[in-house]
Amino acid sequence: MKKIKSLDDLRKMKRELEHGMNIREKSNSPESLVQIRVAMATCGIAAGARTVMNALIEKIEKEKVPAVVTQGGCMGYCYAEPTIEVKIPGKDPVVFGNVDEKVAAEIVDKYIKNGELIDGIIPTNYQTINEKK
Amino acid sequence: MAHYKMHLLVCGGTGCRASQSDKIVENLTAEIEKLGLENDAQVVTTGCFGFCEKGPIVKVVPDNTFYTQVKLEDCAEIVKEHVLKGRKVKRLLYEDPETKKHIEDSKHMGFYQKQLRIALRNCGFIDPENIDEYIAREGYAAIAKILEEMTPQEAIDVLKKSGLRGRGGGGFPTGLKWEFASKNMADQKYVVCNADEGDPGAFMDRSILEGDPHSVIEAMAICGYCIGATKGLVYIRAEYPLAIKRLQTALKQAREYGLLGEDIMGTGFGFEIELKFGAGAFVCGEETALIHSMEGNRGEPTVKPPFPAEKGYLGKPTNVNNVETLANIPVIFNKGASWFSSIGSEKSKGTKVFALAGKINNVGLIEVPMGITLREVIFEIGGGIKNGKKFKAVQTGGPSGGCLTEKHLDTPIDFDNLLAAGSMMGSGGMIVMDEDDCMVAMAKFYLEFTVEESCGKCAPCRVGNKRLHEILEKICAGKGTEDDLEYLQNLSKVIKDTALCGLGQTSPNPVLSTLEHFYDEYLAHVRERICIAGSCKALKLYTIIADKCTGCTACTRACPVGAITGEKRQPHVIDADKCIRCGACYDKCKFSAIHVQ
Amino acid sequence: MEKIKLTIDNIEVEVDKGTTIYKAAKQIGIDIPVLCYMNLEHLNIENRPGGCRICVVEVEGRRNLAPSCSTECTPGMVVKTHTIRVLNARKTVLELILSDHPSSCLTCSSSGQCDLQDLAQRLGIREIHAVENAMVSTYRKDCSPALNRDMDKCIMCRKCETVCNDVQTVGALSAVNRGFMSVVATAFEQDLVDSTCTFCGQCVAVCPTGALTPFDDTNKIIRALSDPSKTVIVQTAPAVRAALGEEFGLPAGTLVTGKMVAALRTLGFDKVFDTDFAADLTIMEEGTELLSRLSRFLEGDKSVKLPLLTSCCPAWVNFFECFYPDMLDIPSTARSPQQMFGAIAKTYLADQMKVKREDLVVVSVMPCLAKKFECEREEFAVEGNPDVDFSISTRELAGLIKAANINFNNLPEEDYDNPMGESTGASVIFGVTGGVIEAACRTAYELFTGKKLEKIDFEELRGIEGIRSATIDFDGTPINIGIAHTLGNARKLLDGIRAGMYNFHAIEIMACPGGCIGGAGQPLHHGDSNILKARYEAIYREDANKPIRKSHENPYIVKLYEEFLGEPMSEKAHHLLHTCYFCKEKH
Repeated sequence: MKKIKSLDDLRKMKRELEHGMNIREKSNSPESLVQIRVAMATCGIAAGARTVMNALIEKIEKEKVPAVVTQGGCMGYCYAEPTIEVKIPGKDPVVFGNVDEKVAAEIVDKYIKNGELIDGIIPTNYQTINEKK
Repeated sequence: MAHYKMHLLVCGGTGCRASQSDKIVENLTAEIEKLGLENDAQVVTTGCFGFCEKGPIVKVVPDNTFYTQVKLEDCAEIVKEHVLKGRKVKRLLYEDPETKKHIEDSKHMGFYQKQLRIALRNCGFIDPENIDEYIAREGYAAIAKILEEMTPQEAIDVLKKSGLRGRGGGGFPTGLKWEFASKNMADQKYVVCNADEGDPGAFMDRSILEGDPHSVIEAMAICGYCIGATKGLVYIRAEYPLAIKRLQTALKQAREYGLLGEDIMGTGFGFEIELKFGAGAFVCGEETALIHSMEGNRGEPTVKPPFPAEKGYLGKPTNVNNVETLANIPVIFNKGASWFSSIGSEKSKGTKVFALAGKINNVGLIEVPMGITLREVIFEIGGGIKNGKKFKAVQTGGPSGGCLTEKHLDTPIDFDNLLAAGSMMGSGGMIVMDEDDCMVAMAKFYLEFTVEESCGKCAPCRVGNKRLHEILEKICAGKGTEDDLEYLQNLSKVIKDTALCGLGQTSPNPVLSTLEHFYDEYLAHVRERICIAGSCKALKLYTIIADKCTGCTACTRACPVGAITGEKRQPHVIDADKCIRCGACYDKCKFSAIHVQ
Repeated sequence: MEKIKLTIDNIEVEVDKGTTIYKAAKQIGIDIPVLCYMNLEHLNIENRPGGCRICVVEVEGRRNLAPSCSTECTPGMVVKTHTIRVLNARKTVLELILSDHPSSCLTCSSSGQCDLQDLAQRLGIREIHAVENAMVSTYRKDCSPALNRDMDKCIMCRKCETVCNDVQTVGALSAVNRGFMSVVATAFEQDLVDSTCTFCGQCVAVCPTGALTPFDDTNKIIRALSDPSKTVIVQTAPAVRAALGEEFGLPAGTLVTGKMVAALRTLGFDKVFDTDFAADLTIMEEGTELLSRLSRFLEGDKSVKLPLLTSCCPAWVNFFECFYPDMLDIPSTARSPQQMFGAIAKTYLADQMKVKREDLVVVSVMPCLAKKFECEREEFAVEGNPDVDFSISTRELAGLIKAANINFNNLPEEDYDNPMGESTGASVIFGVTGGVIEAACRTAYELFTGKKLEKIDFEELRGIEGIRSATIDFDGTPINIGIAHTLGNARKLLDGIRAGMYNFHAIEIMACPGGCIGGAGQPLHHGDSNILKARYEAIYREDANKPIRKSHENPYIVKLYEEFLGEPMSEKAHHLLHTCYFCKEKH
């Protein structure tokens, strides 16, 4: 272990370390964050949901987007997997189908950051994050 | 670096450990490796989540899935279903006792909704054996900030402004206490952390030390800087092995990082902490007794003044704070005095940790803002009374406190209101009683504890409490008189008025408050020889209802003292003089012919 | 000194800062009852126990009652010492204490001089609201040759503990167990004889009840006196004559030497002798030993051990055998006066009286309890027959006199028998701190210098401070003297010697405060230092009134050496009058 020799050392160290705690910190206040849920049932995984999820997490971390990525079960849109549900605070959740790495990036850049809707939205007729209590 | 999608937080507190939570960590890790998910999910051992009744707890983040009573064999399913496929394991989720629905997000559990975690902010959140996780959460930022920007007096002023009061029982303003110690000049001073938690049922200090030891270490160093001490001592009871281990690990890590020892972070300020083990005497929570015990003397209090701030450990100025008080301090400096003082009631700022126990649905450790009502604590956080019984009273402050009744349900809980209601905050024990609990027996129970824990130094506590207990025993045995009630009252008042230390001065509180709120129950015991709650064994009367008795002789055979007689196929009778009220006949009778009064 | 003004029972009083309420009240004549508090000011010890809570008073603005013995006065404080709240609390607390104390006053040896009994009377306790079948704490009895422990009677005032630890630093007694079952006991709850106890008995002297009492030898004396086949002789220690009168209502400091001798004769003792005679003998032996060591030392003999420590105090002997076993070669080998008396009585005197050793019973009257232990030491017996058969205390003698229907105050003054009743002023002052060393100086000076001592009173050696030192001019040779009384002060001196801090040639040590006048066998003085002072002055008065004031001038001592012993430190003297010490380290 290296010694912390100055107050700046400590602050630098904190900045390096807080990354590892992000997932936990975000869980503390999910309602104030953009919640992204990736459907990770067998159908989703087969269609590449894992890759999409990894890409999303990486992008969000890198660009410090105030969003939390969780995984969910099958939403019933097996034809459109991988699917992701995005809930921006104060707005109704939106479900996107046939998401790949590229679409995922687009969702973040356009919908999450700027509120622009993009193609691939699936009309919802199921229980959303909001209603689940 | 791995980009984990989720963290599996497993409670590693004493309670969950007793149910093999350490093995759960091993199993979860193994299952994750088996499925090749080691880059997706991380298993972390944390401190206590507070919901000890339902342990072992595994919490999955970021989706706040709260698995309760997890068994070793559940681990594979959690990993396969939740980690791999994103499907929550429903049967392990907490079930709302009223709606019977599984709650998927712990944020929506009644137990957590009204809680506000400051002292427990890191418990159940970080790995207490990993200093990096503490640092990632602003750990040691407070001491860094103080060393860089503040004079000791400025730091003390922040604490004074925050309104923090001691969480150990008395509720003395912490900043003021520090100021006294800082103003007494000496070649050596000491910072003492009182980790001699002794209230029956209270375990917040243990949970903090097990779940977030660094916050206590950091606060002690801050105190050292403020009062001018370079030495800290943690007085901890030896029967807290896990807390001791975590504390020792934390101290080692802090030393290795240079956050303890000489010249901390190059500032020139040095501070070292040593552990002192106590044998678990309740009275050693009293600061003068604690100091005597640390010095190797008999653990008994001495008259104050002199206060430890003038003449404490080895005769030097000493500041004693309890664990929970200290755990609040770093965050006060990180977030500011006004943030802290915005929480709570007018004269009691911040939060308080309570150990909720007794006849309540959700037993566990909770942290709530000061000023919350008993009703909210008992019926919302606590989920109401067990088995739909009627609420009767709640004992706060452990053996030093008193009981609060239905009429206090909407009283905001803070230091002063509890005192005004004849109870006290104490260290935060909260024991809920229902209609089946006899209040005389309850007072007797607490006195038994005080008698056991009295050090024997002053006569009112040594002999007086013994006599109180004997009178209560007599009343519960159905042999009390109304004169006894009068003497009980006078004796209690004299003990309160004359005992040497806090233990003795508060020991009659359970008697006085039950006498005040439940005098009828006392009267029933001594006048009609009835225990209203039906819990005093000696006052139970077993009789046989002749109409229902078939003369099967089952009760005769069950009775261990031969108190039941009767011809076969004829109604039997119980000889009340012989009967020892064991209830064996009642259990054995198939015809509900035994009547208990 | 900063002054503080306060009001007690509507009387304004000004006191020094740091004064307790109890003392402030005393200053204006208000006597707040106390039980666990002791006045140890004459020993420079501040005692603020606050344990019994009898002395509680009401302080305006304070939530609960304050223990006046340990609460300091503050400016403007308003104190009430006898409100109904206070009186009720005091009475209730005393009742509680009494509820765990046997009500066997009729047969208790402390009855009549029991502080608890007095307090119960004073507070008017007429009944005890005891609970039916109330539990009483019990503990096994423990008997030693010097004192008994009956802890059933202990009320946990812890005075004994304070004296044993803070004053004497012996550490034999401390509280063990907890709560209702707590009791004062020895380490590991051993018997007292196996503990570090020195039998100084100071715990007995302060015990407010009958929990700690002297071992009672009076029945043995009565039996011996009524046995026609025995010749029973008695010796009386110097300090006894200055205190015995107190037991018969005479003012402290009344010298009752003559009446005491008369009383002893009336009791039936065949001969009444004086331990003072043996004290003169002690000076001859110890003084010679000092001179011998001193001369060799001054001649440059490096093997000589100095300082020489006096050895007449049996508690002190027990103390260094237990705590300073590495220094056993420093104390004088001279036996104590009690034992020298016994050794001479059972040889020289028995021959003169033509009584067989086993038919001669030697009784000593001592201000001390450790003397009971001392006379039972194996090295002070010949074939199982002790040199001194029984040692009784001043209080026990008073009891014997009362039991024999003797009107003490009306007795005539009588003289001691000879030969062992003759003594000098030097031997009388053995009874006070500094006296032994002054007596030694009177003789050693003349023997060392060969000159006559001009001024017999060595004022520089007198006083009551716990540790004193003085340099005496032996005609050009400065002799450094150290003096300590109480074992706590002895410890300080000894630690200093061990560390090589001092260059004393001789040191006198007495275990009890003030020396033997404050012994544990004396009438109880309840911490009243005026009583000790009066006894102190009486002893010096007796010295001044003696025609002969130097031990070596005692004609019977001269004769004893001529007829029997030869000369000081002779082989015979060595055999009968000297001893050796044993390592009794207990831990």
